[in-house]
Amino acid sequence: MSAPATIDFRSKVFRYGSFFFTGLTGAATYLILAILAVILVNVVLHGWPGLSWRFVSTIPKKDIFDPATTGILPMIVGTSIRVILMTNFVVPVGVITAVYLTEYAPNTSWLTQIIRAAVNNLAGVPSVVFGLFGLGFFINFVGKNLDWVLHNGQKAWGQPSLIWASLTLAVMTLPVVIVATEEALKAVPPGLREASLALGATKLETILKIVLPQALPGILTGGILAVSRAAGEVAPILFTGVAYYMSSLPTHLTDQFMDLGYHVFVLSTQSPNIDRTQPILYATVLVLLILTFALNIVAILIRSNMRRKMRSLH
Amino acid sequence: MPDISLPKIVPTEQKTGEPAGRQPLITVDQLSLYYGASKALKNISLSLGERVVTAFIGPSGCGKSTLLRCLNRMNDLIDNVRIEGAVKIGGHDIYSPEVDVIELRKRVGMVFQKSNPFPKSIFENVAYGLRLHGVKNKSTLETAVEESLRNAALWDEVKDRLHASALGLSGGQQQRLCIARAIAIKPEIILMDEPASALDPIATARVEELILELKKDFTIVIVTHNMQQAARISDYTAFFYIGELVEFDGTTKIFTNPARKQTEDYVTGRFG
Repeated sequence: MSAPATIDFRSKVFRYGSFFFTGLTGAATYLILAILAVILVNVVLHGWPGLSWRFVSTIPKKDIFDPATTGILPMIVGTSIRVILMTNFVVPVGVITAVYLTEYAPNTSWLTQIIRAAVNNLAGVPSVVFGLFGLGFFINFVGKNLDWVLHNGQKAWGQPSLIWASLTLAVMTLPVVIVATEEALKAVPPGLREASLALGATKLETILKIVLPQALPGILTGGILAVSRAAGEVAPILFTGVAYYMSSLPTHLTDQFMDLGYHVFVLSTQSPNIDRTQPILYATVLVLLILTFALNIVAILIRSNMRRKMRSLH
Repeated sequence: MPDISLPKIVPTEQKTGEPAGRQPLITVDQLSLYYGASKALKNISLSLGERVVTAFIGPSGCGKSTLLRCLNRMNDLIDNVRIEGAVKIGGHDIYSPEVDVIELRKRVGMVFQKSNPFPKSIFENVAYGLRLHGVKNKSTLETAVEESLRNAALWDEVKDRLHASALGLSGGQQQRLCIARAIAIKPEIILMDEPASALDPIATARVEELILELKKDFTIVIVTHNMQQAARISDYTAFFYIGELVEFDGTTKIFTNPARKQTEDYVTGRFG
């Protein structure tokens, strides 16, 4: 064997190694795509036949398991309202917290470190724990006390309802909004702040007029993530507001509500005849997916519109 | 809020006969600045005249930008900065507790090394400072914006697209826009931190012409790495080295007959 043969041998090892890792990483990527495709195809194929205008616009009168008469209007309304309410709570609180953390809090102080650690830990808490927290704090503490003050102890606020479920979800998604907003604020070039301050703007004016507008698309990203996470969650609303069955739509913040995700659970576990309910189960899952995508798409459109406005050279 | 009352600018005619810059507008007295434990400026004392261009030169890290940022208290924004000594503008110590920093920065404007227009329209960039300080009337704003853009030699290039994004301008135009934005609120002093270092030679020449033009109305302090630039545009030059003021004199003197060997080595490019 001569020396060039050795070189050939080594280069082959590298070639096979490279081929192997390209294949491995590629396979992992395509596996994810394949899983997503299987889910979507499965849900669309099975769900589409059960989907009809009557189905999505009907309030079920008694038997929620009868494919011929049942509908999911209250579930669509309930899920939409709780997500919209949640967004209205979580975005302002999250943004204000992130502004404090990035713009005002002294970075090295122990208090700031504790707040940051708390935010990160909050993100890791299981969602069912948030449900229990919502029950203990919002309903049994805040709600009951509100009832004593406002209604002489009569039950109005101190029971599961839309507002408490939405607030619980807001607490759960708070870290998402805070972290996204912090990143967006940090990405604003320091030169812009300096330019504003050098013109005699106060810190508050600089934040309101320069920093926040510039960070808005990033803040919206946080909102989108929060919506995606919350729309499909069931555990946090189990104890805080979702109802198994209601004969009418919720009209007040203190009403309970029906929910698409929870309804999927009900249809798949409580049905007296699984085979008969399967079409409406799939149709409900499809509607939940469509609703989540729709909420996301709306937020993404708002964001890209905003970005275009900010960057447009016209 | 107490007013720091800087002296108003006197018309040029009244100054005829006097050597330019002999009335000190800015006085730096025994100024030392620390970043934490390290001393970035060491006992700097100098006086800068009214309506002249003063250049700060020196190698990187010599403290010239730090000193510039002391003059409008931009160093306040950095944690762990401590200063000793005094900076007086028009006889008033700008570091005394009763000084309103907002008012100070209104009167001591700044142009940065990297042009930093806001991601707003050209018009809104120039109007930003005016709006901050309470100008709401639309025609007042329009007049002031046009005047500032004209004074910054940018009007003819942008008059047809005032409401287009400032980010669509070229680098040189953006820097002139930043100058327009700074002069819109009518400061008396303009601090420039290497304003042309990121620009090509043609854009640099335009900014330099502009500085010579602005000198008629404003007192300008400019930090530059470009020795030819200092020689071309400044009346006075201060040479700094590792936090110390080595020499401060008329620009011609500094560049042709400096008193210190160190200065001579630096301005002739022999500095190691």
